[in-house]
Amino acid sequence: MLGYSLPRFLAVLVKEFIQMRRDRVTFAMMIGVPIMQLLIFGYAINSDPRHLPTYVEVGDDSPLSRAIVYGMKTSSYFDFIGQLTSPDEADQALKDGRASFVLVIPPNFERDLVRGLNPQILLAADASDPAAAGGASAAMAQIVQQAVGAVTRGPLANARPKPAPFELVIHRQFNPEGLTALNVVPGLLGVILSMTMVLITSVAIVRERERGTMEALISTPVRPAEVMLGKIIPYVLVGYVQTLVFLLASRALFSVPFLGSPLAFFLGFNLYIIVNLALGFLISTFAKSQMQAMQVSFFLLLPTILLSGFMFPFAAMPGWAQTIGTAIPATHFLRLVRKVMLKGAGVGDVVADMGAIALIMVVIVFLALRRYRQTLD
Amino acid sequence: MTAADPLSAPPSPPDASGAHPDWAISVQGMTKVYGGRRVVDDFDMQVPRGAIYGFLGPNGSGKTTTIRMMCGLLTPDAGQGSCLGFDIRKQQVQIKARVGYMTQRFSLYEDLTIRENLDFFARMYGVQQRRQRVADALATLGLSGRAHQLAGSLSGGWKQRLALAACLIHDPELLLLDEPTAGVDPKARRDFWAEIRQLAKRGVTVLVSTHYMDEAVQCDYIAYIAYGRKLIAGRAGQIPQMIGLHTWRVTAPNLDQLEAELSQNPAVEQVARFGAVLHVSGRQEAALKQLAQAQQGQPGQRWSYKETELEEAFIYLMASGTDNFAQEADPGATAKPPAVPPRRQDQADPPPSAPRGAG
Repeated sequence: MLGYSLPRFLAVLVKEFIQMRRDRVTFAMMIGVPIMQLLIFGYAINSDPRHLPTYVEVGDDSPLSRAIVYGMKTSSYFDFIGQLTSPDEADQALKDGRASFVLVIPPNFERDLVRGLNPQILLAADASDPAAAGGASAAMAQIVQQAVGAVTRGPLANARPKPAPFELVIHRQFNPEGLTALNVVPGLLGVILSMTMVLITSVAIVRERERGTMEALISTPVRPAEVMLGKIIPYVLVGYVQTLVFLLASRALFSVPFLGSPLAFFLGFNLYIIVNLALGFLISTFAKSQMQAMQVSFFLLLPTILLSGFMFPFAAMPGWAQTIGTAIPATHFLRLVRKVMLKGAGVGDVVADMGAIALIMVVIVFLALRRYRQTLD
Repeated sequence: MTAADPLSAPPSPPDASGAHPDWAISVQGMTKVYGGRRVVDDFDMQVPRGAIYGFLGPNGSGKTTTIRMMCGLLTPDAGQGSCLGFDIRKQQVQIKARVGYMTQRFSLYEDLTIRENLDFFARMYGVQQRRQRVADALATLGLSGRAHQLAGSLSGGWKQRLALAACLIHDPELLLLDEPTAGVDPKARRDFWAEIRQLAKRGVTVLVSTHYMDEAVQCDYIAYIAYGRKLIAGRAGQIPQMIGLHTWRVTAPNLDQLEAELSQNPAVEQVARFGAVLHVSGRQEAALKQLAQAQQGQPGQRWSYKETELEEAFIYLMASGTDNFAQEADPGATAKPPAVPPRRQDQADPPPSAPRGAG
């Protein structure tokens, strides 16, 4: 009677399942939110944008100029939407956002090239959004090089650009086409689990206090661990369902491969679920109302999205941001999932990531148990 | 007083440790501080086993906090005591297993059915033959037919009965009821009290906090608490004598005017109106008698001496506010109530710390 009791734990568990089943809206959200996020992030987000609106201001009607323009078009980075006649017009088009790029080929470009005068081509980009301008700008040099190379034959051969004395080979491993979805979708699992697990747990526990039922609950001989486990385990199962839905959808809709060890994935993902539930539990120990619990959960979601390497490359962040990022469980889970799904990692390859998650988990569980009081004060 | 008196002999005082076989609850010097405010201040209480103990006081006087400390939900900042022979500081789990605590607010799960709620609490207390026990509780409640209804859909009176059934599911030795009948209609309240008396007869100790005078008179013992301090405690029938009030019943043609006049009289400490009569109370017996004789001559006025009852006593206590009875024991209390005329020091007799027998 005085020790821990399995029947009491089961009682809390059963109660929690019944309440979850009765709360249809939350239940629908638990499954609906991951699917919605998967669709939005998977389909709407592209860090390598193509088909950017481009104007041309061509003063040189020559085969070479046409070859450059054609090359740009086939690269799929640029969509030509019209001709401009003056630099003022070009400025205006970039300013009001009609165009992302304006290509300026000066008069007598081909002639000057042949004469060896080293003429310039201008690609003016709207770089207020660096991500939008970056990919296309980087591809431009290659496009022009190829166009010039293709046209400078026969009598023009002396204008042909000399090949570099070495060859640079770039091998894009794990995602050769550079598809954003392959990066975002596995990472998204971390964000979805973090969001729903933390939110649902903290709200479920705070609700108990807000409705006054916690008082009746803790006036029984129940132990903190029994309440904690009994309330958390149903949501572990919710996490399983979410992950299953997620994996199926990412395979079916985005053809995201799963190359690595299922065991590595399974272990890491269980750790990650537990750490998030513990975090939700910790939030519930100081949130006064369901509203507060929700706000804190959403507040914590921001660093999870921004500093974990989900949206932006982790290595690009300054040291302090990386330090914060390292303390976020999602950072390690993201790495783990990407390694396993895209890089074919096995259990041995992700031990460090699991260790980091486990460490964070120990800290959070310790804090949560310390904060959770069996008494009301 | 019709309530059963379970204790034929007066209980002997507690031993040094505070635990005593005759006491269901025995606490000394219990104090709880929230944000620098002493919500419960140096509180002593002895509840005899098998008694119905009424716990009275205005809102915010610390009744709920005191009850929570007694059943192990809150840890006192100072003081010690025992509940059912267990230390309220160290043996909270043992206390919880033997106590039924009915919270002020409905605290069962509104999104569980009636049966699920009872079943849940039966599981939490590890009740033997759970299904049978739950079925019996449902039958006793008369809710067998509605066992699958959500608890949230019940009316106030039914919720309260269900909450009581849930706290009784493990046959507790001590029942702590925190304003159990707030917002419940008079019929349901009467039924509720009939059940409480049944339980007391079976030997369950009941500590009940209430605002209602008609409930206070059903208790064997009463403690009155205000601003976290105990003002008085004792057998219900002795409370009026302990305060030392004398009361005259007055009828007159113009009660409003008379009430205003009498309030100004130094011999009158309290004028309470009960329908068409005034109950005029004061602790100076002779002065009050003099006043009565003088007023008898007035046309239409009729004065008759009556025994002071709990009603007058509690109105007096409520008006006293922070004016604590135990002035000698608590020199720290300085606040004086505006409504009550100053009292002479020698008249203030300290309340007994423990309820005493009739002898």
